[in-house]
Amino acid sequence: MRRLEVLLCSGTACLSSGAEAVKAALQGALADHGLADEVRIVETGCMGPCELGPVMLVYPEGVFYVRVRPEDAEEIVVEHFLKGRPVRRLLWSGEGPAPKEIPFFARQEKVVLANCGVIDPEDIEEYIAAGGYEALGKALTELSPEGVIQEVKRSGLRGRGGAGFPTGVKWELVRAAPGPERYVVCNADEGDPGAFMDRAILEGDPHAVLEGMAIAAYAVGASKGYIYVRAEYPLAIKRLERAIAQAHRHGLLGPDVLETGFSFDLELRMGAGAFVCGEETALIASIEGRRGEPRPRPPYPAQAGLWGKPTLINNVETLANVRHILLRGADWFSSLGTETSKGTKVFALAGQVRNTGLVEVPMGITLRELIFEVGGGVPEGRRFKAVQIGGPSGGCLPEALLDVPIDYESLRQHGAIMGSGGVIVLDDSACMVNVAKFFLEFTADESCGQCTPCRVGTQLMLEILNRITEGRGTEEDLDRLEELAQLVKSASLCGLGQTAPNPVLSTLRYFRDEYLAHIRDQACPARVCPELVHYRLDPELCRGCDACRRACPTGAVRGTPGKPPYTIDPGACVRCGACLAACPFGAVLKLPGRKG
Amino acid sequence: MTVEKLEVIRRFPRERGQLLTILHELQRANEGNYLTGEDLRLVADYLGLPLSAVHDAVTFYSLFSLKHRGKHIIRLCDSPPCHLAGAWSLLSALQEELGIGVGQTTEDGLFTLELTSCLGVCGVAPAMMIDDEVYGNLTPERLREILEGYREGS
Repeated sequence: MRRLEVLLCSGTACLSSGAEAVKAALQGALADHGLADEVRIVETGCMGPCELGPVMLVYPEGVFYVRVRPEDAEEIVVEHFLKGRPVRRLLWSGEGPAPKEIPFFARQEKVVLANCGVIDPEDIEEYIAAGGYEALGKALTELSPEGVIQEVKRSGLRGRGGAGFPTGVKWELVRAAPGPERYVVCNADEGDPGAFMDRAILEGDPHAVLEGMAIAAYAVGASKGYIYVRAEYPLAIKRLERAIAQAHRHGLLGPDVLETGFSFDLELRMGAGAFVCGEETALIASIEGRRGEPRPRPPYPAQAGLWGKPTLINNVETLANVRHILLRGADWFSSLGTETSKGTKVFALAGQVRNTGLVEVPMGITLRELIFEVGGGVPEGRRFKAVQIGGPSGGCLPEALLDVPIDYESLRQHGAIMGSGGVIVLDDSACMVNVAKFFLEFTADESCGQCTPCRVGTQLMLEILNRITEGRGTEEDLDRLEELAQLVKSASLCGLGQTAPNPVLSTLRYFRDEYLAHIRDQACPARVCPELVHYRLDPELCRGCDACRRACPTGAVRGTPGKPPYTIDPGACVRCGACLAACPFGAVLKLPGRKG
Repeated sequence: MTVEKLEVIRRFPRERGQLLTILHELQRANEGNYLTGEDLRLVADYLGLPLSAVHDAVTFYSLFSLKHRGKHIIRLCDSPPCHLAGAWSLLSALQEELGIGVGQTTEDGLFTLELTSCLGVCGVAPAMMIDDEVYGNLTPERLREILEGYREGS
């Protein structure tokens, strides 16, 4: 008889930290103790706190274990499964044993992620048991296509891929477009650095996306759909392929879905490493077997998309919301969130924050609540400096704006965007000029090169940023940078170029003093830019061990072994930091400013 | 060789929309993880496209290579979350360990080192991918262990 259930997170992050070995060890220990039939191990999708992986949840008690190693299996089986005493040292740092008592989980509202980390994503039966495909059944048997669209419109759902266009309105436009053929496309080309919510949904609850697509297809009158997923997500691809095959076998995809006469076929298409393909017209070109280059809009894909036919393109998270709206109603959905931004949003917390990973919160929660309550704040001894939200199209917001509610309008008003939901927390060790440069390097590199403002403009901006971080910038450069940024924003062909300057503009707006420190004082206050720091030996700490002198490639460190303190000749120093790495006593100080 | 390649290609419908899928399959099937001039010609003939159109697509996407690569492709994530977590020091550790720079292949033909944009495992940054496997929470020591595993397995 089944007595216990172990939900073992098998998302990419937990697999990368050894979830498979943990599973094997658990199975071994269970067999050794004759419990193989009493305890069932379910491999689930992402549970959220990726940094603590591999994580697992034991039911019926709901005990949550973190950083489980294969060596822990024996103890878990003997102490917990046999004797009923949870292994305390594997609980989340003194928190209560159950997720609901842990602040990371307590503030979350899981709608899209409700199945993630709960069901086996490779088993359609589990999805169906959790209410899966009920919404599709309801749509096909109780609602007209127009009725579905009305419900989605009334819910206030907006696109979760970045721009936040009202989903129901988009569906209506595609339905109204003339012509017998139309398509539904799921944009799963998640590419924003720091964003991984779509990967988690695809890996943890792939059927929710298929169901959302089937409902969308019924609503807009399409019978064919494509999921465009990036090749960098092999696990998501594998689980999607399996899900599509299972749905076909269950008559939930293919001809005559649920014997209602509605037909819907779905194909998977893999990207090939081009960030710009996340832009909808570039994505269409890529599915058609061309270079993924964007084209001017209008016409929008709703009028002329895939092979010139009306095409609905929705993001993964958007589609995963649809079934909940149909099942629980538009009124329920719109009761979550703010006036203009309804429902929940999944965020990927990364960077200098204690709890990195995936979280789902109601729209309208403040940045402070997200980063400090759910995320646990910055690690001990560090100070929060900024939050980069919205990826390379987004911006950096300072501490003073932490009480801004997270909704499409508020974020945009302050120079960031919701984007796909990547949140990168930066502490005092981050140089804001360098961060802006880093994001711009990314977009300049990923620019498809088709239009001049983006291709050349981002390069010119990058040259200025390089000058500034090397201490060769002037104050006029800042004006020039802003001028170029406005030009690239207004004249670029697609969203990539139109938003590429945002990281630069937002850092200029909120961290201008850091730019000025680089220019006027020739100093990088965060001590990141190698040209704008200097090294000094602390005479109190130096023991004269000679390690720094031996490490120095230019002979800039002077001293005699056993006779501290040593000194550094600023004229000969090339700021390579070799002495800092070599010193065992922490006597080498890295200080802002070019000279000592 | 050619016959086997044609078999791979003919599994797919004769539609331009299949271009990337076919190219992925051919590249995977080739020793050296790359596409040859013959591959491009065969695909062009099959789909009824000018060779230039196939070449055009291949050179646009960073995951396709026209250069012979190693048995295993190492892709170190170069995105901001990994960068903040110290990916740059891993890069030098990798370069030192392998004795090659980015874009190069080791002399024994085992590894090619590449950089990639975000792998979407930022929770365990810094991260890399070797072929289809993702490795997170990397340190130079762990890096060496992982590479050793591949060397032993070869």
